[in-house]
Amino acid sequence: MAKFKGAIVVDIDRCKGCEVCIGACPHDVIGMSSEVNIKGYKYSYMVNPESCVGCANCAVVCPDGVITVYRKRIEQ
Amino acid sequence: MKEEVLSDIINVENLVYKKTPLMTDNILSYCPGCGHGTAHRITMEVLEELGVWKDTIGIAPVGCSVLAYEFMNVDMQQAAHGRAPALATGIKRCWPHKVVFTYQGDGDLAAIGTAETIHACNRGENIVIIFVNNGIYGMTGGQMAPTTLPGMKSSTSPYGRDVHIMGNPLKITELVAELPGVRSVTRQAVHTPGNVRKAKRAIRKAFENQLKYKEGLNFVEIVSNCNSGWKMTPVHSNKWMEENMFPYFPLGDIKVDGEIVNK
Repeated sequence: MAKFKGAIVVDIDRCKGCEVCIGACPHDVIGMSSEVNIKGYKYSYMVNPESCVGCANCAVVCPDGVITVYRKRIEQ
Repeated sequence: MKEEVLSDIINVENLVYKKTPLMTDNILSYCPGCGHGTAHRITMEVLEELGVWKDTIGIAPVGCSVLAYEFMNVDMQQAAHGRAPALATGIKRCWPHKVVFTYQGDGDLAAIGTAETIHACNRGENIVIIFVNNGIYGMTGGQMAPTTLPGMKSSTSPYGRDVHIMGNPLKITELVAELPGVRSVTRQAVHTPGNVRKAKRAIRKAFENQLKYKEGLNFVEIVSNCNSGWKMTPVHSNKWMEENMFPYFPLGDIKVDGEIVNK
């Protein structure tokens, strides 16, 4: 069965830490950092990268458009 | 996941989503979690997909989105408060081949610009109006707007909006749907992925209508949050919006191809 593996790249210095992407992720991939970015906001990152399927829900809902999504088909 | 596997996935050929180049690299001036950013982005994505961005002129309003021209990488003009539909009328009549849209908030479109909005709609100007409704004057510090809900607290209605003194919230979207010059009217939201995709389809339909039919105004309302003005966290404000804004401002198409569908 074919399976998809995904990954997101967050533009850390543009992220404002609103956490909307966390609720949008169906697989609980995203969490907030304990550190802050150049503007003083906590930023989102992949806490659970194994679960990401690259559905792009986080990127679609991100108000600041900071998330880039990649997805690869993996044959099993 | 091991590092090498991750770097295997993060590769240009596996790209599924990135910010459209029609959004500039300027950092948005909006508060964290504000729906304006999403509304900007889906509008620009639609113009990119339709391939009309070189022939598009957008009108920025006064309000939080007054700097929309800093973020939208298309030709823009900034209008006086509430006068975006009048400016759009002039531009569209001088350059009928251009795609013209206005991007306005509720204080701009439904308060000071009510006359311009209603008359542009009644004349049936061939433009798209994108109306972002967050029920408050966000930029100036959270004052009561025409669309503020009954009982909702704002800095000028600190005990909640009393409809006996302050009047009822204005459903301007339903109002303009009644006008014969308007071709399509819809109300959407951008707080969840599903809603963003629906709102994007609605905006796409509005621009397609403008390109296909040379008459009739297309009106898209986006119910949005204002977490700073509402004094909530972004996630909580989205939940509050679902519970309180949507019953008063129900989502969905109101007018399609000149026929009212959802009364």
